[in-house]
Amino acid sequence: MIYVAEYKLKTPLSEADVRKLRVGDIVYLTGTIVTARDAAHRRMLDYLKEGKPIPVDLRGGVIYHCGPVVQKLGDQWIALAAGPTTSARMDLYEADVIKNFGVRMVIGKGGMGARTAQACREYGAVYAYFTGGAAVLAANAIKRVVRVEWLDLGIPEALWVFEVEDFGPLLITIDSEGRNLTEEVVEQAKKKREEVLKKLGVT
Amino acid sequence: MPSLEEFKEIIAKAVSETIERAAIYIPPDIKQALKRAYEEEVNPMAKSQLEAILKNIELAEKFKKPVCQDTGSIIYYVTVGYDFPGLRVLREALVEAVRRATKQVPLRPNTVDPFTGRNPGDNTGRYMPYIHLELVEGDGLEVTVVPKGGGSEGVSYLELPPPGEGVKAVKRVVVDAVLKAGSLPCPPTIVGVGVGGGADIAMYLAKKAACTRKIGTLNPDPVLYELEKELYEALNSLGIGPMGLGGKYTVLAVHVDYAHRHPAAMPVAVAFQCWATRRATVKINANGKYVIEQ
Ligand code: SF4
Repeated sequence: MIYVAEYKLKTPLSEADVRKLRVGDIVYLTGTIVTARDAAHRRMLDYLKEGKPIPVDLRGGVIYHCGPVVQKLGDQWIALAAGPTTSARMDLYEADVIKNFGVRMVIGKGGMGARTAQACREYGAVYAYFTGGAAVLAANAIKRVVRVEWLDLGIPEALWVFEVEDFGPLLITIDSEGRNLTEEVVEQAKKKREEVLKKLGVT
Repeated sequence: MPSLEEFKEIIAKAVSETIERAAIYIPPDIKQALKRAYEEEVNPMAKSQLEAILKNIELAEKFKKPVCQDTGSIIYYVTVGYDFPGLRVLREALVEAVRRATKQVPLRPNTVDPFTGRNPGDNTGRYMPYIHLELVEGDGLEVTVVPKGGGSEGVSYLELPPPGEGVKAVKRVVVDAVLKAGSLPCPPTIVGVGVGGGADIAMYLAKKAACTRKIGTLNPDPVLYELEKELYEALNSLGIGPMGLGGKYTVLAVHVDYAHRHPAAMPVAVAFQCWATRRATVKINANGKYVIEQ
């Protein structure tokens, strides 16, 4: 069922770039990515409602669910460890963020739900895994911290703008055709529940 | 023998080094289990995740950087002798160690006031770092540091089934907890199970079993030994796999502990330790000499 194609993509991403991606594909990304967690997502949508501009341009952009470990040396921030955080928390906001800000790729871990998958289909976006916990691998692909916005939210929650080179492997788990791999796997596991409980002598 | 002031410094230094060790280096038993999982995994996507994990562990060691950016909440499991000469300054020193490690490693500032949202920025706060303290005979100190990540903590699970269901309830609760957790705790995980005692005690035992017991150590209780084996097979047959992408390895181990329970209640707690198991132990003797182990 799985074939793995490997792509090297550059930001900003076009709709065609992401429409060709399928669940199971691997992507290495070069260009700019922006971190955002719960608080930043909430603020983006608040600003939108109030008609205020947000400090980053996300058209064709990539959002990375990540709260990095950073260090400031002189004027320059350095990302020491920057793996993904659990994406499920951003399910509340992501569909609206994709719709309103033109995001083409969301990177995180653990998968996202039906509303986000629906937005991916409708507006042409994908969701990709960066291996959970692989923080140094990620930091290694971050060539420069371009800037940070909304630092008042705290280091983990701020918008960190990273310049990346061959950032990956990113594994597509939600594509723009409506497949959602993590959900499929977990659904399958749930179907096995009865059988497993029987084997354990529970039922 | 060092003075109290000196002891405070010795403990703070030794423990902050121990936190650093835990944050950067994955313990050998975990590394070995992950390598085995990588070798045996056949699902290509699962294998790619395990490969990235192993590569990441190597890079963290090479560059001396935190292996995962979530450097966790610092939890201490302490056993201290009644006659340990630094006892009076222990608490202060353990808090100071976290402040130092936060700057030196550095750790991500992870302590947030649940009501105001304020983050003091140094990983300390009300009850944090948390200290589990056990007093024993002797004059030494042993501190196990567990920087516990939020992803695996977030799927902790507790049920209080009717006691009449017995061990069947334990098995069901564990299977349901793992299904519910799905991809969220960064599998493959170590699943800790705590039974009995009371709701808080069951969870304490579960977390301690998940985070501090080494993979490959055998449960000395033959009934629990069998239960662990059975659950291990059962959980891996669910096929959630590394990072929830399908595959053989959903769990690396199952560790069960228990306490005697009240006749009316049978708490069953399930705690998860993600693959990025951070743990290190320091032993300090009455002369202030110390060794760090993993
Ligand atoms: S669950 Fe563990 S490995 Fe995954 S991001 Fe959290 S701390 Fe890191």
